[in-house]
Amino acid sequence: MKEYVIISGKGGTGKTSLTAAFATLAERSILCDADVDAADLHLLLSPQEKQRHDFMGGNLAKIDQELCTQCGYCREICRYDAISPDHVVDAISCEGCGVCVDLCPEKAVAFPQQKSGEWYISTTRTGPMIHARLGIAEENSGKLVSLIRRRARQMAEEEGYQRIITDGPPGIGCPVIASISGAEKVVIIVEPTVSGMHDVKRVAGLTAHFGIGAMLCVNRYDINLETTEAIEKMASANAIHVLPRIPFDPDFTMAMVEKKTLVEYAPDSATSKIVREVWRRIEEHEAQPASQPIHLPKLNVKE
Amino acid sequence: MIISVASGKGGTGKTTVATNLAAAMDEQVTFLDCDVEEPNAHLFLKPEITHRQPVYTFLPKIDEDRCDRCRKCAEICRFGAITVVGNQVLLFPELCHSCGGCLLVCPQHCIDEDQRELGHAESGTAKNAAFHHGILRIGEAMSPPLIRWLRKNFETTGTVIIDAPPGTSCPVIAAMHGADYIVLVTEPTPFGLHDLALAHQTVNALGIASGLVINRANLGDNSVQRYAEENNLPILLEIPFSREVAELYSRGLLLVEENETWRRLFGGLYEEIVRQITATGKVS
Repeated sequence: MKEYVIISGKGGTGKTSLTAAFATLAERSILCDADVDAADLHLLLSPQEKQRHDFMGGNLAKIDQELCTQCGYCREICRYDAISPDHVVDAISCEGCGVCVDLCPEKAVAFPQQKSGEWYISTTRTGPMIHARLGIAEENSGKLVSLIRRRARQMAEEEGYQRIITDGPPGIGCPVIASISGAEKVVIIVEPTVSGMHDVKRVAGLTAHFGIGAMLCVNRYDINLETTEAIEKMASANAIHVLPRIPFDPDFTMAMVEKKTLVEYAPDSATSKIVREVWRRIEEHEAQPASQPIHLPKLNVKE
Repeated sequence: MIISVASGKGGTGKTTVATNLAAAMDEQVTFLDCDVEEPNAHLFLKPEITHRQPVYTFLPKIDEDRCDRCRKCAEICRFGAITVVGNQVLLFPELCHSCGGCLLVCPQHCIDEDQRELGHAESGTAKNAAFHHGILRIGEAMSPPLIRWLRKNFETTGTVIIDAPPGTSCPVIAAMHGADYIVLVTEPTPFGLHDLALAHQTVNALGIASGLVINRANLGDNSVQRYAEENNLPILLEIPFSREVAELYSRGLLLVEENETWRRLFGGLYEEIVRQITATGKVS
């Protein structure tokens, strides 16, 4: 069983549209949407929910005003400035560290666990899908990502699925690290812009940091051919496998409007043929034995 | 006056709006790129960077010789960053949230203040803007403390424009909390609409006034416009998709420097934001 994680560094490069297209092309695969604070994959695949679970995230401090003597000690020790002068905890600023809970001389601080979101096991026309919804303004997205990835792996092992295709979040921080750790293969989707170039270096630096092999695909390559070439050159120089380029194609948006993946919306179009080829190459590359630990040279990132 | 430019979905044009808004202004502005995981604003504003500094967060340092393995530090740590296994006390720096609880409870006073590098901050000037951005260290998971550090150190009393990270969770909250106005940027597609609704709920949970910029306004459908109307979210500006705009962006060029029409439109955007903030009657 292999898990492919699609990430991008920069948002909006086409991760989710391509993940969904790959899911329609892959046989016996489980889909996992790890972009838990702005999940969109369900909009293309209309999952039918089979199971719904609460996600219990962190705890938040709550001061019992009856017991509080307004001594101010909690305000003094809170490093997040989360307690107001009248001793009320700001839920947005509270980190859930519990220091005030343990050290309040009056034991006036409660520490209830919060429901921070929900996660689901669903079925779609491409196979099972595990996805989640983090509550508004909630924390612990990394923890939720780890939870749903673990659940997807468990299902794959129990039910004999060969692959998990995971739609990752943008960026390089906590939820991204939680999305790629332990994955067999990472596919980076990039756009040929100055931002895309800048961000792909950082996300490739991240995969190298964690010793994970990566592949790269330039989407909307025809927006800037020169930058496309520069990105592919940078990738090759850093032992990142370069996949075929995908052109800018309004069909991706049209497919989205019709709740379809590109290869379902325009199965015979030139772009669909390229997307099929990209997927074939991802599969093929994955099939090569990775007997040696992948070693990526340090990126020459000028910042 | 703090204006934060945010979106649920990534790649909708936050940086385009934030940088062009700043560049269209006649007055001095402070620009903070708080998308510290993938900061891009400098590629468009092209500031001359004059100062660079590392940013640290608290990390405990345990003197193992004086430590009597009482486990008080491990007990207060909710993040599993300190554990005692047998006769060894183990610290996992990447799990530490810098709450300082261990420091307070250690009866032997054998924990000292040390630090972990979150990344660094760079400052400089770009025409009318005092420019600052944070750059998260590759491999560092926690961006909110770096975002908070930037805001604490560089927010000024004049106009501040913040380029926020995508999403709806802690990093975005860190970039929006305490702002006077949020400009939400989206594209009129099902993904754009879905993530706009999440971002709008987040903004409402923070109780901050907001308005909408629709980017690539002629792609997709009209459901975003309908959402805005039904939810009293004023549409501030619509930027149509054109290959020209996409290519200018790809080369790191500002729209307002390409032609006067864009300069007028973004100048008008700023005036409209000021008008709306004034109407709320609570300017910081």
